Amino acid sequence: MSLADFLILSTALLIGWSCALLGCFLVLQKVVMIGDAISHSVLPGIVLAFVFSSGFDSVFILLGAAVFGVLTSMIIRFFSSKLKLQEDASIGITFTWLFGLGIIFIAAFTGSNADIDKECVLFGELGTTFLDKIIIKGYLIGTRSIWLILPVLLLIIAFITFGFNKLKVISFHADYAQSKGISVSKWHYAFMLLVSITSVMSFEAVGAVLVVGLLAIPPATAYLLVKRLQQMIFLSLIFSTTCCILGYMLANYWDVSMSPSIVMVCGFQFLIVLIVTQVRKRIFSKAAVNFVVKA
Amino acid sequence: MSWDFTYLFTEILFYKVLFGVSLIGALSGVVGTFSLLRKKSLISDAISHSVLPGICVGFIYEGSKNPLVLLIGCLIAGLISVWLIDFIVRRTKLSEDTAIAFASTFFFALGSVLLSYIVAGDNPEKVGLKDYLFGKAATISFEDINIFMYCGVAILVLIVAFYKQIKLVVFNVDFAASIGISIRLIEFMIAVITVLTVAIGIQAVGVVLMSALIIAPSAAARYWTNNLVKVLLLAALFGCLASSLGVFTSGIFEDMPTGPWVVTYLFLFVFFTLLFAPRKGWFSVLKRKRKTKGRIERENVLKTFFQLEESGVDNVRIQDLMQRRYFESSVLGKILNSLQKDDLLQKENNVYHLTVEGKTESSRIVRLHRLWELYLTKRMNFKEDHIHGSAESVEHLITPELEQELLRDLDFPESDPHNKNIPY
Repeated sequence: MSLADFLILSTALLIGWSCALLGCFLVLQKVVMIGDAISHSVLPGIVLAFVFSSGFDSVFILLGAAVFGVLTSMIIRFFSSKLKLQEDASIGITFTWLFGLGIIFIAAFTGSNADIDKECVLFGELGTTFLDKIIIKGYLIGTRSIWLILPVLLLIIAFITFGFNKLKVISFHADYAQSKGISVSKWHYAFMLLVSITSVMSFEAVGAVLVVGLLAIPPATAYLLVKRLQQMIFLSLIFSTTCCILGYMLANYWDVSMSPSIVMVCGFQFLIVLIVTQVRKRIFSKAAVNFVVKA
Repeated sequence: MSWDFTYLFTEILFYKVLFGVSLIGALSGVVGTFSLLRKKSLISDAISHSVLPGICVGFIYEGSKNPLVLLIGCLIAGLISVWLIDFIVRRTKLSEDTAIAFASTFFFALGSVLLSYIVAGDNPEKVGLKDYLFGKAATISFEDINIFMYCGVAILVLIVAFYKQIKLVVFNVDFAASIGISIRLIEFMIAVITVLTVAIGIQAVGVVLMSALIIAPSAAARYWTNNLVKVLLLAALFGCLASSLGVFTSGIFEDMPTGPWVVTYLFLFVFFTLLFAPRKGWFSVLKRKRKTKGRIERENVLKTFFQLEESGVDNVRIQDLMQRRYFESSVLGKILNSLQKDDLLQKENNVYHLTVEGKTESSRIVRLHRLWELYLTKRMNFKEDHIHGSAESVEHLITPELEQELLRDLDFPESDPHNKNIPY
């Protein structure tokens, strides 16, 4: 394994772990599509940040882009609770519009900065992240992508460890949590801010659309197999690790884009687990029927 | 960016694109209505992402961008994705949104991998295949429009032929099942027409934004009317209008993509609808609320007058009213003025009297209050100290018909549970 391999793979793993941790709660709270909406809607913010900061240097402006994500979840809430639009429709309309706005910004600013191109928006450039090395006093200490996503991962771990019990109650029974005096909507927005930051910081590497795959699929796979939250988090981290490694190897082997191939492996992993659990269920129920018939 | 209006109306190319894209817009408006009414509009997001591998496999199979083969590829991929979502929701504990997110990203990733495989290959036809990601309305050819027309006609014929069944399934699945309609068949049909529409639409607006074209027109149309036919027509109109506006905008500004502009116009339509639609819009709901609040306040003032006169105060001053019941003084002034204008109240030297009509109206409210209190104690076994609050709100809601029912049921009583006279 060369240095480039190592750097790219660690970027992928850091993003995969961040997404898997957040995704567990999204899946349990049945708000995956809001996560999907957020990861699309940060695009206009990112384009603006890119244009106004003359390059990708300013992390703070990038953080500003994350505001668009929270804004999205607020617009969705406003449409569905205040204006009584069906929730699915408000999600579908809001994020497509913001994503479209991002594309319009790209088209409008293409002249001033040619570094953003539209495909990069969808797939990211995981393969070239290793070019952006950070070297201090002659020692290589990682790439820019790694240093963007690593603090986010630590933040997520801190958030989840700190609020684990509350998050657990909210995820399984939001009404009960509310009656216990936990402010569900505050936690919701805090969580959506984290999703937003994650999608902004991993945008360069995996793009808007495929973040959702990493958010939704490994936790969903884990949820098919286990019932306890701790086990689910643990398993989804493992699934996320395997799909990053396999996806990376596959992309190199076939010479195709990396982040789609990682998500593709995620999907196949999910399908295999789905088939296995379904077959197991069928065998068990047959055995149970036989048992009852004999008795 | 440069301005060029003349080009718009001289180019046949422009009319071709305009026609093609508006056709797509109208069609997706109609088709989207059904998934919106079933509250499953996000499935269209999964479908539009899922057709990408269909296109790629179709291309690899045929070796060229034969529109028909690509369309069939889209259809198959889209249907597999719809089936997969349905399977996951029915057979596992995963919720629908997780299933949709899985299907859309998995298929999209699959498609992207295939796409980058094709792009790395040496088939010269591969140029332009990437346009499906964001759509390129300008590439719509007459051959494409031909296919759009055939698909459109087929979809409309299907909808008209099965209109009744589709309507039942959309509004009340259980009832539809109970009278022997095959739900699975109709659901399959809705899936087929949605996938077909998405398949012809992505050429114009692209994989990511196609779902907006399906969801938004019907979401807006739903707010203007409750009649399904009208919703369908309006959705078609909105879709068509937004699409043509999008084409115009991208024609005027050079280098501007069509799809995002179509979506932006759709969003504006929805937003204005939500604010200004009659009956269900934000402003008319607000207006209605304010009106009801005003009526309740007015009735409360009248009631207070009645109570004061009942306790022997004939010359009512504002202080008397305020002592009896709290009113905001600015609101009270307005209400007193409007009561005078309606001849329910007379004012002499800062002292107020109820007129004859005023007495009738105020005694009606007090009567309803006391009747309801009596009803609660007699028929619902409420304690006497628990009934006032309920009566305070219900007195404003009881209709004349309900009043007659109450009177008959309680046999025209003389007094209420607190031994006060019920005025007639």
